[in-house]
Amino acid sequence: MTEVGTELPPVTFTITRADLVRYCGASGDFNIIHWNERTAKAVGLPDVIAHGMYTMALAGRVVSQWAGDPAAVESYTVRFSRPVVVPDDDAGATLQVSGLVEELREDGRAVVALTATVAGNKVLMAARAVVRLP
Amino acid sequence: MPLNREFIGREYPASTSYEVGREHVRRFAEAIGDTSPASLDLEAALALGHPDVVAPPTFLTVLNFRFAAEGPIADPALGLDYALVVHGEQSFELHRPVCAGDVLSSVQTVTDIKDAGRNELIVTTTEVSDAAGEPVATLRSSLVSRGTAAPRPDRQEAS
Repeated sequence: MTEVGTELPPVTFTITRADLVRYCGASGDFNIIHWNERTAKAVGLPDVIAHGMYTMALAGRVVSQWAGDPAAVESYTVRFSRPVVVPDDDAGATLQVSGLVEELREDGRAVVALTATVAGNKVLMAARAVVRLP
Repeated sequence: MPLNREFIGREYPASTSYEVGREHVRRFAEAIGDTSPASLDLEAALALGHPDVVAPPTFLTVLNFRFAAEGPIADPALGLDYALVVHGEQSFELHRPVCAGDVLSSVQTVTDIKDAGRNELIVTTTEVSDAAGEPVATLRSSLVSRGTAAPRPDRQEAS
């Protein structure tokens, strides 16, 4: 039974350079800062960074998995509060995502608040999804 | 160089429709590691009552890149250096699920360009509709142009 305060099963994601290249191809976002360290550093970033949209998509999986159907997600909003730096090694970056039902609406929708962190730092702020409950 | 504020309010209707492909939905889902059967397996999608496989909630981001060359971001007159861009905010309002086979029209509008400290923000809204003209989704995107705000005399500039 879903109620306010229900926790969604947390998920830990590993993000490597290969994941970013794959996301470049699938999304069409080939911004060079997501795959080229030389350019990323030249424009003042610490290293290659993940697409914000990739981080958003991973966090969104926690919601659609919980809902059981991606079509149940009716609204999804995030603010990107800090970049996810992805080093050129096998470990990559570790993203931890958890979710909490913040509100149950009379129209059968749940508002889920998502928390996404890398090394304890929030990489998404005000991340909310509205989910139609079965 | 600050961004050209004359772009505020400009509308960019996509020059052609965008057909959501079943294999593209699969490829996008696989790229984000989404194993939802409704996105990967037609039978599973049909069993859930969908007309075809369902795109993940953030799938429509592909529209902004599909039509990037004809949109405001790529217009040299805007003055945006894409290497300086990071994503600030993003929202998706899905008025109905996006499924393979959908033939989508979209219009991107520059809703705002403004300073945020030393950075600038460019905010766009994309309205997406289907072949029948029914609304499908509304996307709002805020991009950060790092360090391009015009210097202000009332602010101490770091050297």
